[in-house]
Amino acid sequence: MIEWADQIFVLLKREILLLVPVALQPLASILLSVGPIMGVFATLFAATTVLERKGLGRIQNRLGPNRVGPFGLLQPLADGIKAIIKEDVVPYRTDRVLHTLAPILIMVAALLAYSVLPLGRNMVALDLDAGVLFFFAAGATTELAIFMAGWSSRNKYALLGAMRAIAQMISYEIPLILSTVGVLMAAGTLSTTGIVEAQSGYSGLFPNWYVLTPWGFAGFFLFLIAATAEANRSPFDLPEGESELVAGYFTEYSGFKFAMFFFGEYLGLFAANALAITLFLGGWNAPLQILDWVPSYLWFFAKLLFLIGLSIWVRGTTPRLRADQLMNFAWKFMLPMSLVNILASGLWRFTGDGVLGWLVCGSLVAGSYYALGLNLAPKNAVTKRIYRFAT
Amino acid sequence: MLGTGLIKGMAETARNFVGSFLEEDRLTTVEYPEERIPAKEAARSFPFLVFDGDDAEKGLRCVACQICEKECPPQCIFILKDTAKKPDFVGKMQFQPKVFDIDVSVCMSCQICVEVCPFEAIKMDVDFELSRFDRFEGLLIHKDELSKPNSYFRKIHPTDAAAVDANLAAEKAKAEAKAVADAAAKAKAASAAAAGLAAPAKPAAAAPPPPPTPADPILKSASSSTAGPGLAETGSGKTHAPAHGS
Ligand code: SF4
Ligand code: SF4
Repeated sequence: MIEWADQIFVLLKREILLLVPVALQPLASILLSVGPIMGVFATLFAATTVLERKGLGRIQNRLGPNRVGPFGLLQPLADGIKAIIKEDVVPYRTDRVLHTLAPILIMVAALLAYSVLPLGRNMVALDLDAGVLFFFAAGATTELAIFMAGWSSRNKYALLGAMRAIAQMISYEIPLILSTVGVLMAAGTLSTTGIVEAQSGYSGLFPNWYVLTPWGFAGFFLFLIAATAEANRSPFDLPEGESELVAGYFTEYSGFKFAMFFFGEYLGLFAANALAITLFLGGWNAPLQILDWVPSYLWFFAKLLFLIGLSIWVRGTTPRLRADQLMNFAWKFMLPMSLVNILASGLWRFTGDGVLGWLVCGSLVAGSYYALGLNLAPKNAVTKRIYRFAT
Repeated sequence: MLGTGLIKGMAETARNFVGSFLEEDRLTTVEYPEERIPAKEAARSFPFLVFDGDDAEKGLRCVACQICEKECPPQCIFILKDTAKKPDFVGKMQFQPKVFDIDVSVCMSCQICVEVCPFEAIKMDVDFELSRFDRFEGLLIHKDELSKPNSYFRKIHPTDAAAVDANLAAEKAKAEAKAVADAAAKAKAASAAAAGLAAPAKPAAAAPPPPPTPADPILKSASSSTAGPGLAETGSGKTHAPAHGS
């Protein structure tokens, strides 16, 4: 029964495939994998927009959207209808082909990344041996889409936004990938399913997740920060800083194309969070052995919602960084920290997960965190201003 | 240390998030169409014309002097004088507006028309739901819609209305007293003339100098008692009791 509940979607797909003629089976298999992924994540996107707006509202002691449907839960529907029926304004001198292709490309790139994410036990669309590599390759395509959008718009704000986006995404791509290296070394595989398998099982009360090791803990947060920057979310939302650049690279987009960009961004965020779950939070594994009976995909989505909530929380808290702070943070903190982290995960392999390992790797990670943090602190700290005459 | 500020900030936002569910006074939102807060007495949105009694035509205080039309900074008032006159609240014959339009899309709620009106005829409303379905003609608000009874004025601005009412009552009492005195003087002069005395006394000389316009409560100084409504803009504290010299 537990088995069955866990594998219900896998079994369902197999049953449906048996009804299809053999010649059409590959095509049907693709559709049966892609369709649900798109449907589920589109729903998640809709839910996230309303949750985000309500959450941010509560953080600012407001109510948030509460007009459409009960508690405003149908707000995404209204937003979607509005986006569809709005006029699609394309400026006169744009490069029309690129302008139209960019939002499609950003969605395709984001959706491609989902093909290697294990959403549950045996639930992965494409079990590649180099899954993690594929994920980053597909994810890097979004940069192309963003630059296409900024360049083809013939608008200085769009171009500036796109430039910022490229600078930011390339800078953060490096710590993003380097922070996963420790996991790849520990798991000994690039396959996403393999990494999840490597984190299954429990030692004592705790699961064998990589986030529960010193280097995994640091790597998890490095990955989350870099993923936030990759997804252009606050506090790294310089490319679309509303107060500076109108809307950044999608200034010249309206109506449904704008909605597609929006959708693509959120899909990218979900994909990055899902990869963080796969790499550090044990994928679809249950956190406690006694909770193993809950279907694996539920665990996956619970963790995903948790990370989405975290990113909403961070968005509600942090102000936007300045461009120089952004770059300083990437090159002076994230990059050395992720390199140290690789060293720590290598040491962990030799010291084992005993007291020695925790002592050596933990102090290495914590010490470098402290030292790099000192280096990042402003040199001449701002002191309290003393007014001598105007009292 | 790096990150402590972020953690502090996140604790703060978490406190806000949870607190907005638990504490009533954190969530100050008034959900407007369903919930509303009563208008503040000092609120002002758009002018309206006050009339006394029940009949908007007869009781209208406006005498079409067109001062407000001239003073309105964005020039959004349009007045046409009627040729027919009607008695005002003391019974003096006065002009009345035939057309009195205010363009709500132009009015900037500055209250200058109220300040300059010498007849307490135009006041500020507190109703802010002024949207219209017609964005051309509909935004021009006509006399019939602008006219609102004095009781409404009393309701929305009680303090102001009480002062105005006291003012007007004093005016009226004074005007009536004067009328009685005038009548008595006239009667005396007439009886004197009838007595056949050779005095060529004019009744006007016996009577006191002509009083200021009775419906002119804003004149504060007795010395300018001959001033018509044209000088009325000098008086701004018209809620003060008028100090007419007799
Ligand atoms: S100033 Fe007063 S009395 Fe004169 S026209 Fe305007 S509202 Fe009427
Ligand atoms: S409130 Fe100001 S703008 Fe409006 S009608 Fe009166 S004088 Fe004109």
